[in-house]
Amino acid sequence: MSQAMNKAGNAAVPPAGDNPLIDVKRLVRHFDVSGGWLYRTVYRTGRVLVRAVDDVSFAIRPGETFSLVGESGSGKSTIGKLIVGLERPTSGEVTFNGHRLDALSRKKEMAQRRRMQMIFQDPYASLNPRWRVRTLVGEPVHHLLKGRERDQLAGNLLEQVGLSPKDLEKFPHEFSGGQRQRICIARALASNPDFLVCDEPTSALDVSVQAQILNLMGKLQRDLKLTYLFISHDLAVVYHVSTRIGVLYLGGLCEVGSREQIFENPRHPYTRMLLDSIPDLELSGKPRTPVQGEVPSPINPPPGCTFHPRCPHAEARCKVDIPRPLTLDHGAQVACHAVEEGRI
Amino acid sequence: MNDSPQPLLSVRNLQVQFPTRRGALTALHDVSFDVMPGEILGVVGESGAGKSMTGNAVIGLLEPPGRISKGEVLFNGQDLTQLTWNELRKIRGRDIGAIFQDPLTSLNPLYTIGDLLVETILTHLPIGQTEARQRAIAMLGEVGIPAAGERFDHYPHQFSGGMRQRVVIALALCAEPRLIIADEPTTALDVSVQAQIINLLKRLCKDHGTAVVLVTHDMGVIAETADRVCVMYAGRIVEIGPVRQVIQEPRHPYTRGLMEAIPHAGGALTELAQIEGSMPGLNDIPRGCAFHPRCPEVHDPCTRSLPSLVEVAEGQRAACHLYGSAP
Repeated sequence: MSQAMNKAGNAAVPPAGDNPLIDVKRLVRHFDVSGGWLYRTVYRTGRVLVRAVDDVSFAIRPGETFSLVGESGSGKSTIGKLIVGLERPTSGEVTFNGHRLDALSRKKEMAQRRRMQMIFQDPYASLNPRWRVRTLVGEPVHHLLKGRERDQLAGNLLEQVGLSPKDLEKFPHEFSGGQRQRICIARALASNPDFLVCDEPTSALDVSVQAQILNLMGKLQRDLKLTYLFISHDLAVVYHVSTRIGVLYLGGLCEVGSREQIFENPRHPYTRMLLDSIPDLELSGKPRTPVQGEVPSPINPPPGCTFHPRCPHAEARCKVDIPRPLTLDHGAQVACHAVEEGRI
Repeated sequence: MNDSPQPLLSVRNLQVQFPTRRGALTALHDVSFDVMPGEILGVVGESGAGKSMTGNAVIGLLEPPGRISKGEVLFNGQDLTQLTWNELRKIRGRDIGAIFQDPLTSLNPLYTIGDLLVETILTHLPIGQTEARQRAIAMLGEVGIPAAGERFDHYPHQFSGGMRQRVVIALALCAEPRLIIADEPTTALDVSVQAQIINLLKRLCKDHGTAVVLVTHDMGVIAETADRVCVMYAGRIVEIGPVRQVIQEPRHPYTRGLMEAIPHAGGALTELAQIEGSMPGLNDIPRGCAFHPRCPEVHDPCTRSLPSLVEVAEGQRAACHLYGSAP
């Protein structure tokens, strides 16, 4: 399975059954944001760490859409980057298709990495304005395919995402935001990946265009049997696309479960709070409990359960002990003392 | 349309143009709406629809070379478009407050928030320094900033995003204006904070009887906050009416498409309805109804003539040939 990809990137068959495609174990990423050595010596300050991702474990099964949802600073984008290899973890491991990519040789690692691609949030910033679409879309396979073959592939990809092969000659500025995001998707598909990390792919787009992109992503997933890691802060979008959902708060997962479990039977107080903050478009007039407070800084996260300062069910233990993820009867995983003790 | 009470703000046939070397580009066409005292009017649309420009035109803050080329903005019976810059400055802040999208760029980083509030109060209200300070602290407490007395001397960078937006709201409200123009006040905030700010804005405006023009792209925010909503497309109002009616029974095909394109949490998991294409640029707005190339119900007159707003239900008007056209 670890053989290098052949020309157009026909990857090995994805593992059958319940073997996860992506397995993330105790992933940690800290960023050092302390001043220089002189500053620290003069002002007698220690190291300052941002705990962007702190001990996160989850698995993604082939063919599903796993969503990470959380507010800004929760570490959702960092996890996406760690998985595709744009960041190196401080500790912990990511297995893709049974391989630890950082343990493979450089050549084999690159062949595997080609099977995972990423779509970024801002289609205005993620396309080089000086490159034509042909170069942009052909970039992931530029050393595998040459000349006409590559253009042929790029043209087919553009058709697949609802653009025309004639657009190959154009520059990114000639497209609208939605069309640019289509180009980004075509580029991500060029190396024939199994797995896509979609980092807020629609949050820079208008709602009518967002619907086009989400529908396109759904269609591509069915046609090409793709697995998605979908990163978003918009719960309605997450509800729409996901098979399973992980709720992130300050770098830690507080609840993981299927879409039904999360939306119909949320257990963690933070999940409940997030669901409560979805604007009510049906105008049902149901009362909502306004949530107090804001996300604290990940530089100095609260001790114990990081959510305790905002939690209505916090007790003395929550301020000291870090809750461990607990698998509940209905299959969801929740990291909360109150749930564990049966208080909520 | 107008009943007995006088509208606080009445925008009449507003047209905004940008002169360019190849002739003038018209960004707003024939925009008319009323805002009653104490009412929250939502202005919703996608990027490029002209919603922010409508808000800016009302308070005379159009980016040059943009200018109001036609129409009037009657505030309390006074036409704001005829005022000089200095006359307008006295009204802005005193009678009309403004809240912008990014709370960090709308606060001067070199002043403490106390300085900012006291300066605003002293400029607009005839009271002394001590009284202004008391009022500023009371205002900060009212927008939900804990330990307002201590926070008074802090700089904007010492506040979190949600707290900064609360300061901006306190600034907009401190001279007791009768109207607030809020341009995407919650877009830069996290979802949980967004709900807090919406509730705050709603409560304060109710307490103070302030009317609000709430400009946003987010139908959810409109649904939670506004009394009436006007939907804009390519520089024109395509539908206007009470918020419940427009959201539950949209008449214009664009509003309908927009409502169906919004994913609902808990809804059925069908494919999202999508509107093909995207909003046209200012320099190539289609002839006839600007929406016709994307409209699923396009028919003969749509490509030729421009529909005008006609009453489709009580208080609800839509600009679409499906409902006939007023002469």
